[in-house]
Amino acid sequence: MDRHSALLWMENVSKSFPGVQALDKVSLHIHAGEVLGLIGQNGAGKSTLMKILSGVYTIDSGEIYYNGQPLRIHNPHHAQELGISIIYQELNLMPNLSVMENIFMGREPGPPIFVNRSELERQTRAILDRMHMNLRPTALVRSLSVAEQQMVEIAKAISRDVRVLIMDEPTSALSEAEVETLFEMIGELKRSGVAIIFISHRLEEVLHICDRVTVLRDGKNAGDVWVKDATREDLIRMMVGRSLEQFFHRDQHLDDHAVHRSEDVVLEVRNLSRRGNAVNPAAVVLDNVSFTLRRGEILGLAGLVGAGRTELVRAIFGADRRSGGQIFVEGREVDIRSPVDAIRLGIGLVPEDRKAQGLILSLAVRVNMTLTNLGALTRASFVRLDEERRLVEEYIRRFDIRTPSMEQRVVNLSGGNQQKVVIAKWLMLNPKILIMDEPTRGIDVGAKSEIYELMHQLAVNGISIIMISSEFPELLAMCDRIICLAEGRVTAELSREEADLETLMHYCTLREQVVSLNQPEGVKTL
Amino acid sequence: MTSQAAAKAAPPARKIDWSAYVSQLGALGVLVVICVIFAVIEPAFVSTRNLFNVLRQVSIYGLLAVGMTFVILTRGIDLSVGSLLALSGLVAAAVYKGGTGLLTAGTAGQAEGYGLWAAIGAAVGVGLLGGLLQGLAITQLKVPPFIVTLGGLTAFRGAALLFSGGQPISTFTDEYKFWGQGMIGPVPVPVIIFLSFAALAFIVLRYTRYGRHVYAVGGNPEAARLSGLNVNAITLSVYVITGFFAGLSGFLLSSRLNSAEQVAGVGYELTVIAGVVIGGTSLFGGEGGIFGTVIGILLIGVLSNGLTLMNVSPYWQQIVVGLIIVFAVYLDQLVKRRQ
Repeated sequence: MDRHSALLWMENVSKSFPGVQALDKVSLHIHAGEVLGLIGQNGAGKSTLMKILSGVYTIDSGEIYYNGQPLRIHNPHHAQELGISIIYQELNLMPNLSVMENIFMGREPGPPIFVNRSELERQTRAILDRMHMNLRPTALVRSLSVAEQQMVEIAKAISRDVRVLIMDEPTSALSEAEVETLFEMIGELKRSGVAIIFISHRLEEVLHICDRVTVLRDGKNAGDVWVKDATREDLIRMMVGRSLEQFFHRDQHLDDHAVHRSEDVVLEVRNLSRRGNAVNPAAVVLDNVSFTLRRGEILGLAGLVGAGRTELVRAIFGADRRSGGQIFVEGREVDIRSPVDAIRLGIGLVPEDRKAQGLILSLAVRVNMTLTNLGALTRASFVRLDEERRLVEEYIRRFDIRTPSMEQRVVNLSGGNQQKVVIAKWLMLNPKILIMDEPTRGIDVGAKSEIYELMHQLAVNGISIIMISSEFPELLAMCDRIICLAEGRVTAELSREEADLETLMHYCTLREQVVSLNQPEGVKTL
Repeated sequence: MTSQAAAKAAPPARKIDWSAYVSQLGALGVLVVICVIFAVIEPAFVSTRNLFNVLRQVSIYGLLAVGMTFVILTRGIDLSVGSLLALSGLVAAAVYKGGTGLLTAGTAGQAEGYGLWAAIGAAVGVGLLGGLLQGLAITQLKVPPFIVTLGGLTAFRGAALLFSGGQPISTFTDEYKFWGQGMIGPVPVPVIIFLSFAALAFIVLRYTRYGRHVYAVGGNPEAARLSGLNVNAITLSVYVITGFFAGLSGFLLSSRLNSAEQVAGVGYELTVIAGVVIGGTSLFGGEGGIFGTVIGILLIGVLSNGLTLMNVSPYWQQIVVGLIIVFAVYLDQLVKRRQ
């Protein structure tokens, strides 16, 4: 096995973005007719690697051999000419055009200007028949199911003489039966010599369909194994395996914290369900989620992309509708229909994407900070500006928000300081419950530890926090309890003592619900 | 060490972030420059009489622009103001002159209608109702503001024609005409009305909770919603506000022209939107304000007045205003890209 026999051979590929080393000397290879699994946690570098292969990014350093020849992939068009196609999780089709028009988009047969529709249909049918796809060439893509749309993407790749097909989480929106059909299609492609890179969080599927698995972690290679030699636990170990040392340690604070933490249940969620998302109205987004939150507790929500963490907290906060379930605040059942209701009950939400959801970038720090609390600062409709300035000044000093002035527009602040503005906005309301969705995403190390310290102080003062994070070590360092979600279901509830990286990863990649923590070995694979 | 501690202990500054006001101040600069140029070329431009004349000419546009500023601050647009103005003016005139035979009857001094205040109330009422209907269509039916008010542009004009049977309603008493034509000292009455409402709107947008909410909804509707603001109610309210100003302007224009015309206000929406945009209020919402709007509207008025004094054809004036709109927004983009 070397760079000349492999179809695609990448060696020591590096790519950095301002402030981030996304890929650090990553190597990967694949042969014709092989199915390669590519796995890793959120942010491990899978997306960057895919975008390099599909020509969206160019590499900083390293070598790529294709068919034994060294080359650089310059742009997406070049990648397609080489026979490298990618099917993204968000499908890239024109919903108002037909199957055949989508497949041959930009390469329609016939003379320029006019499309030879009968020839187009004939060629489309040839591909569909070859792949045993039961689709009508003239059907509008809009009218197809997600699985059928995916078939169109595959047919599109085949029509371009695909040699390397990258599939990003192709099964995430499919039912069991549809997954089977997809796997048959992958088998078909494999037999015809196409190399397939299969990216998935579903380890059972990876073990089922792939020949070999490459694992990434923190932008580096973390393992390359034959599936026949690997177990689920091996894969998990390779995906996590990070030391905790760089993180804030809450342990040393926990003794004084325990004094304050009580057994009072502040929030209880029972059987919360939600069906339907933007792509698929029947999709199960949340499936009977139940949990409790105690006073002064930091409760972690762990899960991979698509597990339903953000959807869960948005449903609790009234930002999204829910299809079923009950919510109790301090023992009383409440009906939260909008963020206004949630705020009235003392619930705050620091959203996932602070620029799109947390802040009004064009307005001043002062205006952003008092937005939810303006009622308390208003007399006869007029904002009491002196009172407002005094309060904002106090919070800027208390949280050490670095801004030249409270009149500065928040767009000009750094990520960490922006996040502190969002947190300050909620704390002005004296919330009972603060939901923090990825509170440290995209902010520098110094600001991160300030936010950890702040969260700890809030908990000590009796505020209950629900924390979502894609970084497991962060959850382990901060949380009193952690709930694992996978595909909209609670798969485990772990105490501080029970939780470690591998246990978390195990439960976050679990497909079927497992009730008891004591038998992780008893989990059946697909 | 000590200096660091001192720096940390110092209260956070209240220094104004001027970048938020660049567009509005830029418009002011352009206005000043243009006024100086006109004053040099044509001394008649700076006479008190002429300056009040400019103000009077823009006062109707100005009132509509005050309302339009609220709408544009929430990322919306209202194309219907000119048509709603015509309908309101006709209703005011009809109420003032009395119900039946109103189209043929009546010369000056023969009022047999419901009185002045009923007329003003009816005009404003029609405006409020028109704005409310459009606001409901936007917030409840989720039809984009451009489309709803494009519908309003056509429908209200149709309603105006239907209401008046295609005829203007003309010649009012002095009491009625006073509001559009009268003077208090050297100042025309419509100018006083325009500047009073501009001042009121300035205070509302700048110092009240409601004003904050308007900026927040326009700056980022999703963040506003997640901060517990009732985005629908605020959006609805701004269309009611433009409706109010369209109604009031309808009455004032009929008074000023001594005639309520079905074709009154044709194309006003574009001049008004142009004034708001030249004044630095962003069509993407959340940025700008009444100060800039007054400047923008004055800029259009001064240009038209100065060019007329210089005997430039009105056709050329339209071309100049068109170019200035594009240039103003281009300058704005240029400054923002720098930041």
